[in-house]
Amino acid sequence: MSETGIGKPVRRREDIRFITGNGRYTADINRPGQVYAVFVRSPHAHARIRNIETTAAIAAPGVAGIFTGKDLEADRIGKLICGWMIHSKDGSPMNMGAHPALALDRVRYAGDHVAVVLADSVEQAKDAAELIAVDYEPLPAAVHLTEAQAASQPQIHEEAPNNTVYQWHLGDKAAVDAAFARAAHRTRLEFTNNRLIPNAIEPRAAVAEYDAASGGYTLYTTSQNPHVTRLVLSAFIGIAPENRLRVVAPDVGGGFGSKIFIYAEEVVCTWAARKIGRPVKWVADRSESFVADAHGRDHHTVAQAAMDAEGKILGLRVRTKANLGAYLSTFASSVPTYLYAPLLSGQYDVPAIYCEVDGVYTNTTPVDAYRGAGRPEATFVIERLVEVAAREMGIDPAEFRMRNFIRKFPHQTPVLSNYDVGNYPACMKVALESADHAGFAERKRTSTAKGKLRGLGFSAYIEACGIAPSTAIGALGAGVGLWESAEIRVNATGTVEVLTGTHAHGQGHETTLAQIVSERLGIPIDQVSVIHGDTDKVQMGMGTYGSRSAAVGGSAVVRALDKVVLKATRIAARCMEVPEDSVEFTDGVFSARGTNRTMKFAEVALQAYLAHKFDTAEIEPGLKESAFYDPTNFTFPSGVHIAEVEIDPETGNTRVERWTAVDDFGNLINPMIVEGQVHGGIAQGIGQALLERTVYDDTGQLLTASYMDYCMPRASDLPSFDVAMTNTPCPSNPLGVKGCGEAGAIAAPAALINAITNALGHEDIEMPATPGAVWRAVALRAEKRAAE
Amino acid sequence: MYAFEYVRPSTLSEAERALAAQPGAKLLAGGQSLIPALKLRLNRVPLLIDLSAITGLNRIERRGNLLAIGAMTTHAEVAASSVVKAAIPGLVHLAGNIGDPQVRNAGTIGGSLANNDPAADYPAAALALAAMLKTNRQEIAADNHFSGLFAGFAEDEILTEILFPIPRRFAYSKFPNPASRFALVGCAVAQAATGVRVVATGAGANGVFRVPELETALSASFSPDGLKRIVIDSSNLTSDIHGDAEYRAHLIGVMTKRAVDACLA
Repeated sequence: MSETGIGKPVRRREDIRFITGNGRYTADINRPGQVYAVFVRSPHAHARIRNIETTAAIAAPGVAGIFTGKDLEADRIGKLICGWMIHSKDGSPMNMGAHPALALDRVRYAGDHVAVVLADSVEQAKDAAELIAVDYEPLPAAVHLTEAQAASQPQIHEEAPNNTVYQWHLGDKAAVDAAFARAAHRTRLEFTNNRLIPNAIEPRAAVAEYDAASGGYTLYTTSQNPHVTRLVLSAFIGIAPENRLRVVAPDVGGGFGSKIFIYAEEVVCTWAARKIGRPVKWVADRSESFVADAHGRDHHTVAQAAMDAEGKILGLRVRTKANLGAYLSTFASSVPTYLYAPLLSGQYDVPAIYCEVDGVYTNTTPVDAYRGAGRPEATFVIERLVEVAAREMGIDPAEFRMRNFIRKFPHQTPVLSNYDVGNYPACMKVALESADHAGFAERKRTSTAKGKLRGLGFSAYIEACGIAPSTAIGALGAGVGLWESAEIRVNATGTVEVLTGTHAHGQGHETTLAQIVSERLGIPIDQVSVIHGDTDKVQMGMGTYGSRSAAVGGSAVVRALDKVVLKATRIAARCMEVPEDSVEFTDGVFSARGTNRTMKFAEVALQAYLAHKFDTAEIEPGLKESAFYDPTNFTFPSGVHIAEVEIDPETGNTRVERWTAVDDFGNLINPMIVEGQVHGGIAQGIGQALLERTVYDDTGQLLTASYMDYCMPRASDLPSFDVAMTNTPCPSNPLGVKGCGEAGAIAAPAALINAITNALGHEDIEMPATPGAVWRAVALRAEKRAAE
Repeated sequence: MYAFEYVRPSTLSEAERALAAQPGAKLLAGGQSLIPALKLRLNRVPLLIDLSAITGLNRIERRGNLLAIGAMTTHAEVAASSVVKAAIPGLVHLAGNIGDPQVRNAGTIGGSLANNDPAADYPAAALALAAMLKTNRQEIAADNHFSGLFAGFAEDEILTEILFPIPRRFAYSKFPNPASRFALVGCAVAQAATGVRVVATGAGANGVFRVPELETALSASFSPDGLKRIVIDSSNLTSDIHGDAEYRAHLIGVMTKRAVDACLA
């Protein structure tokens, strides 16, 4: 067994580079003669552009060029796309408005791109940008999700009447109506799933250059999926054919979804590099990130559950309005539809579900996938519903869940998902023990004695990761396939390079993918390099998001390794002069059964390149194999999180006192990295539930546009997490892994709000449960008690 | 950031000359508010005069019944000072909870008082303790300085030292804005021979203010018991996305009670 193989808590190899400041990020890349791009952004949420006057700006010192949407249009540069077609319940395709990279005659959110200034320095570009006089005719703005579809609201795109992109549904309405008709108890909740601003530690950036000699472009960019960026820039935007466009995503400092998308800045920088004949560099400042990175979540939902007298769920009815912002970002349409409703069954055997979703335009920053993407929203719906239903029916919330857990697999839900494996009661039992659920009453007494309110809340979440197979998602409207590629290059000395189409931006692939190789080839990971993020090196890939890299990308590595071992076995047989079927490969050594002949992996690698000992007409020289892997199903990680809070009723301050996470991610490649992913996810989930509030005023100005007002979680806001695992190996991929990157962010919000409402004694609190809001809610409870 | 000139004088008179010579010049005393404003192009200055190299402006000493703190003393220096701890321990606590370690190692007491952000911590202490603000030209009573937002210094005036009369008891209790960690509401309570003062910060658009109803109650009996019944008038308090006026009014009561608890601990 290799010391650095699968299942070992190997320290992340990339961290030394990152924490000593030796990472190479897009902003670290400088090209000779480069200019700096600064974008002129709309100060209005909605306005007509009457004129853009650039005469003074173009004459300013250091300015190399100023371009507007008209220049892009004159060069026939395509508009930004949304890559997932959703059809409304009446069968009509979604109503999509055009999304030019630089605005033409209208701006539709505060921060919308109006013009780009290119100059010798950033400061010169900013100075010149201030000299551009944009003559805006301000228009009324449709800002608020729940109002935007009213006939009286301003129209944001002519193509989308009533600002409605689609009216989509999933499930069986009649079956649900029947379930509600015969129910003994019904529970109804109405809530907002709050809009979040991603805030990766590295702001987005792009460095683009054009080589006139070869006619080729290179774009360095902060991307989670450089190949998809290249595909879109080529096939849809039309900047250059793929063979003349190299996209490199070097070290990337966090994405959380916000760097999946193909943004205006990348388009403009790449196009402008040729236009002015100089490399173009753009690095967002934090203020730009707040308004110009796609936001996440932002749902308004009415959710209902129907139960029989014993608390068995009979049906769910969910009506959601999803804010998509001012334009459809790259995958925006899929997040509140196919990434959301198929998870509404949670871990429960629910016979009937019906979900309706309206996708809505507003004059706000576009909304797209953010850590969890639809699945946190679904989990919040079902886990708040079951908790409240249990409380209303006087059933212990854990017992209520146990009564409704799915126990037989595979399980077909009424909302497309077919769960392959899981053991939900086992997870719940471990969680109850780890959280010392039995001791909660005593801890609550202690808190009460101090004048504090204590509460405990559950979240038994499920998610769908490694979205696949490609035929299935294609049928649902996806514009891409979601397989993954891997190439294994074995060098003559036996060292190995792994090329993957996934992309790491904090996940630790340089360690985990190397561990797979280490395990299969019996070599230490320091003999393995992982290469990703460069379209000139890796032929094609789909990138990293949706917790897919291990399940899909890792499986592709396994398939390529199988081919390497197969070929190496044939070569070893020739070298040892034994039949192929007598050769075994274990712990890095080929041995011939019934003989004492052995060869180490490195020796076989050398022979593969020497090609002295086998017939090259029969076996090609060299040792390099690749694979494209398309999974047979999604994976379905699940788990139970238990939050325990203490509220100071005097100030409304909530302290998270305990956090128990018991997750089933299937097999683990690196338990230390998995635990780290869980920690980060929980922190983000606590951020959503407690701290992160996005506020637009009635004119569409973002009021929470800096860290003075937008509250990110800090270490002091978080307890020490108690993390444990159960394991049902995933049958849908050769590694048996499920994916862990989003779990914490999916599970945490419902657990925390369930704990807070448990402490408050009523359900009347929205996310984020800020101190002011909790103080109000405490006062509400006091009033209720007084009234009783 | 717009381009600007920068000087770092080593004496006060050099700084005075530089300030006189350049209309619109600004003094840099840690820069924890000014530098971010400059970086965001919200502020534009022709000249920054960095006071950090002037010797003697970060001295902390006890002078009889006064605690003297040089204007360029950083929050971290105040938080670590045994002299401050012996004289007014509540100031050590206050300074140690401003911002984060980076802010505390750059920001200064003089910068905070001169900038007088309506949610800053030091102005509450200065007013509660009836401090004197000493400049290169005069001594100003905190009572006069904090009568309105940014009232105070003349264009050519440089704050050099803050003199705190040492009280019988002093404590500051802050409920931080979760995002910025400025005071959503902070209350400073001082009990001195001259009487009791209660000062709130973070709650008023014009900066710190005394809370007469709480002062009266604590003058009658310096104990937290009587405070719960007092309802603070919210009509002139700040309402924003982090808390409405009613919540802030409530927090003034709670934070004052906690400051009194700390005074008596």
